[in-house]
Amino acid sequence: MRPLTEEETKTLFEKLAKYIGSNIKHLIDRSDETYCFRLHKDRVYYVSESIMRKAVSVGRDQLGSLGVCFGKMTKTGKFRLHITALDYLAQYAKHKMWVKPNGEMPFLYGNHVVKAHLGRVTEDTPEHQGVIVLNMSDVPLGFGVTARSTSDSRKLQPTDIVAFHQADIGEYLREEDTLF
Amino acid sequence: MGRRAKNKQAPPTPLPGTLEKKGPSRRQLSKTRKLQRAQDSKKRAPEPESDEESQPQPKKVKAAAKAQPKQNGKKTSSDKVEDSWDNLPIASDDEDDELDDDEFPMGSDMDSDEMEDDEEEIEEGDDAPDNDGVFPQVDNDFLGGSGSEAEEEQSLDEDDDEEEGSDEDDIAEFAGLDERKSRKLEARKAREAADAEAELKESAMQTNIGEDGGDFDMLEDEEDQADISQINLRIKEVVNILGNFKELRDPAKSRQDYLDRLLKDISTYYGYSDFLAEKLFNLFAPAEAIEFFEANEVPRPVTIRTNTLRTRRRDLAQALINRGVNLEPIGKWTKVGLQVFESQVPIGATPEYLAGHYMLQAASSFLPVMALAPQEHERVLDMASAPGGKTTHIAALLKNTGMVFANDFNKDRLKSLSANIHRLGVKNAVVCNYDGREFPKVIGGFDRVLLDAPCSGTGVISKDPGVKVNKTEKDFIDIPHLQKQLVLCAIDSVDANSKTGGYIVYSTCSVTVDENEAVVNYALRKRPNVKLVSTGIEFGREGFTRYRGKTFHPSLDLTRRYYPHMHNMDGFYVAKFKKFSNKIPKQTGDNVDEDVDQDADEAGPATFMEDEDSTILKAELRD
Repeated sequence: MRPLTEEETKTLFEKLAKYIGSNIKHLIDRSDETYCFRLHKDRVYYVSESIMRKAVSVGRDQLGSLGVCFGKMTKTGKFRLHITALDYLAQYAKHKMWVKPNGEMPFLYGNHVVKAHLGRVTEDTPEHQGVIVLNMSDVPLGFGVTARSTSDSRKLQPTDIVAFHQADIGEYLREEDTLF
Repeated sequence: MGRRAKNKQAPPTPLPGTLEKKGPSRRQLSKTRKLQRAQDSKKRAPEPESDEESQPQPKKVKAAAKAQPKQNGKKTSSDKVEDSWDNLPIASDDEDDELDDDEFPMGSDMDSDEMEDDEEEIEEGDDAPDNDGVFPQVDNDFLGGSGSEAEEEQSLDEDDDEEEGSDEDDIAEFAGLDERKSRKLEARKAREAADAEAELKESAMQTNIGEDGGDFDMLEDEEDQADISQINLRIKEVVNILGNFKELRDPAKSRQDYLDRLLKDISTYYGYSDFLAEKLFNLFAPAEAIEFFEANEVPRPVTIRTNTLRTRRRDLAQALINRGVNLEPIGKWTKVGLQVFESQVPIGATPEYLAGHYMLQAASSFLPVMALAPQEHERVLDMASAPGGKTTHIAALLKNTGMVFANDFNKDRLKSLSANIHRLGVKNAVVCNYDGREFPKVIGGFDRVLLDAPCSGTGVISKDPGVKVNKTEKDFIDIPHLQKQLVLCAIDSVDANSKTGGYIVYSTCSVTVDENEAVVNYALRKRPNVKLVSTGIEFGREGFTRYRGKTFHPSLDLTRRYYPHMHNMDGFYVAKFKKFSNKIPKQTGDNVDEDVDQDADEAGPATFMEDEDSTILKAELRD
């Protein structure tokens, strides 16, 4: 477990900014407690400082996870967001997309969001913008990247993709072995 | 609504009713278990077939109807003639069956078989297995007593007519009878079973012409069924005798003889190893033991726990009902549990499940966490946590404040543990992979520690029937040994000076005394700086303070046991310690022989501490 290098912090924040934009500052400057990012076995964890200090006493080989895992650093130096970060992403997301009940399961099986399943979307969402996908009762299901801007998506066919799938909560079952 | 109410967790019905009601299915179940045969499907197939096919033949139906009332008695060949059966050989075949039961020498049977073969070929396949099956059945002499069989069989034939019709009050009759007569009763039961089976066989002959192979299988299984049902009857009888030993016993047999017989039957009927059957049997009175074994054959209800970090129980229930799940709160004792009766969707893959709104968790697993009662801002250790049901429950009670150390020894299970922790939105957890015995060296000073110790799993046999055979005597030495080490480590990991805490909860999903009371008693002896306190759960049976000659600390009645047949949840044990000092007093001797002396010594200081800590106790009860 170690703090992130400057470069790693930069790639991480660039990725986060795609989804929560300037709200990153809320992750760092919290009113309740000091939180920090820590790297452990290629995974990036977001954890309060008090917990982090206690977790120091756990050996490197024995430590499985601490706080919330945001994703992992790939070997090529990129950062890949994991579904486990969804809680914080959904909390601070700028752009959201709601899917109808009949679109819930297809998305949870790892499919893209098609126009027919689109229930609602934040106004003025640009193209290729990171969005949080929720169901109609506001339960976050995952996140993706818009294929079209809000205005363009109005003209689409029902089978056209409006958002590309990035991660969904179905991965807790499908990817349990590789996620952690 | 009425149906739901009926489905609610209720204590299982009393023993005799249960046994009788569930008779046939139980028989089939244990038979398959015992035999481990793939013939199951084969056997089921021909049975309904024969029933259906018999309907278009009015003759057959009539015959069956007529024969039914005579099942308890012997059928005479004149009956057969009346029955518009025009082939006498079949009647004689029936006669043969009875002879089989009465243990006539095999030779005469074979002769009659050959005669029949001339007239009707199909019977060939039927009779051959018959002879094999019936003999061992009657050989199962009641209580293993040895008597001259020839004599017995003769008297049977003589007495047969007198005894007819008195079958209903078998047991009452049984009470006053001597050993010889009881054996006779058994033999007659066998004969009745054989009679019934002969009926079936006849119908099979009539309808399944040319399906010799199928008949063969079915009949062979029929034999086993009869055998198993006999054992069941015998279990009931022996339990009855043991319940009123003075009056019902046979003076020639000691209590031990009856117990040996019963244990042997239990291990055969329910498929336990002899060792485990005895171990579990000794925990209860005979009648209750049978209830326990019966309850282990029935699955426990599916229950889920609402994740209060994400949702409320009412909202969750509504969301699941909309998905076609039929559910109901578990009971008054928990505010987060829901019992699932039936579901149109897989309950472990709904969007609500994936979003972490609930956890699939046995009702019994709520108990240790409720006993632990973690308070906000505390630091809690879960020593054996995978797959995280209890850990996430703790985190939910902490409302994501303080922190939870989730430890598990098995590295492979760490993945599912982390997955569950993240899915349920727990943000204050640290997952680590140590042998529990390395605490508190890794980190200590916790406010509360939950030790849900690895155990033999004798409380969850309905979930994992493998326990019935794969646990040996050695396991019941090794596992408690590990548990004793773990419980000491758990106690040492707690900070007694914690303002709100200082508690340790020890729990297992086992019902044996070696893994529960004995371990807790050991902990009390080795660590005089802890004492037992009430678990704060209002139901459950008190732990044993004495068991088979061993005396435990009197405060062990504060621990709680849970049984499948009483509470309709997995067998479970919960003990809660309070640590009142961080000093481990020097032990004068670590010898096991000193058990009794030390127990006596400890009674003094323990009561003294009780006074001192009464305020803490009260505060805890208020929680």
